[in-house]
Amino acid sequence: MHDIRKIDVMEGVLDENDHIAEHVREHMTEHGVLVVNEMGAPGVGKTTTLKNIIQHLDVKPYVIEGDIESDIDTQALNSLGISTYQINTYGACHLDSPMIEHMTHHIAFKEPGILFIENIGNLVCPAEFSIGEHVMMLISTVTEGSDKPYKYPLAFEKADIIILNKVDLIPYLDFDEDFFMKGVRALNKDVPVFKVSGKTGEGFQEVAQWLQEKANALNSGE
Amino acid sequence: MHEYPITEQIIKICEEHCRKAEAEKVTKVNLVIGDYSGYVGDSVQMYFDIISQGTLCEGALVNIEHIKPKLRCTQCGELFYKKPLSFDCPHCGGQGEPTEIGKEFYIESIEVE
Repeated sequence: MHDIRKIDVMEGVLDENDHIAEHVREHMTEHGVLVVNEMGAPGVGKTTTLKNIIQHLDVKPYVIEGDIESDIDTQALNSLGISTYQINTYGACHLDSPMIEHMTHHIAFKEPGILFIENIGNLVCPAEFSIGEHVMMLISTVTEGSDKPYKYPLAFEKADIIILNKVDLIPYLDFDEDFFMKGVRALNKDVPVFKVSGKTGEGFQEVAQWLQEKANALNSGE
Repeated sequence: MHEYPITEQIIKICEEHCRKAEAEKVTKVNLVIGDYSGYVGDSVQMYFDIISQGTLCEGALVNIEHIKPKLRCTQCGELFYKKPLSFDCPHCGGQGEPTEIGKEFYIESIEVE
């Protein structure tokens, strides 16, 4: 009969992921590149949002596209002259920091700018894994409904900027903006919320300016 | 489904601590999982039984302590459990804000022999 001993561990299961994420953040900060983790459910317009933001930027954009399969979005962005790199997870529901560390070591960041990482379309899992971002950018839409902050609180709590897309459709929907904002403010009282339309392009200049100020602050050592 | 890679990580951490203690095998894993951590205890258990085969954790029991999330009222300071579609305090009606209670995801201890 062997003795059974109890050993205190007290180790977070995500500690290793967070540790690598911190390395990624340091590496990108050294290059003067602001890392933006773009999150949102499938179909909220994540790639369209990137196209719209990037055309208003004065700094160099880099993009990593995360998809379960296919490189449709990467081809679309590369055809616009935007340096875009593809990660396929083949089933995994989120990107994690080892994937981003591997990719960022293979990209030549020749000048400072903004690296947008389009996460897998999913409002749950990407919120749980840090990938080395400086900014967590959440895309929500009026078509998803105004109850999303109540149903997916972690994504709204962790967001540094929230983009409410498809506002051109508001006249045709029963989107309750007050209820939506009450939920957002309960979870994240100071987060900026920008209303945009991927269809008309309204609102993206303000988003680009907000991100650009963050990128400039990173490069001025703030 | 994302419990699979996470369970591999749990087994890796347990094996490290088992070797460090110069023990032969892990017999029990005590996990703490908050309901807002996004991880489902039952899935961890299922994957654990599969992935642990041939490791120092094979046959170990997984004991999970679940933590229910609590909000803190910004008016009266009370900690309370959230009701569906509301963040309001059940005591004074003030607005609740998130806390770290319910986001836990760590290995508290293991038992080895």
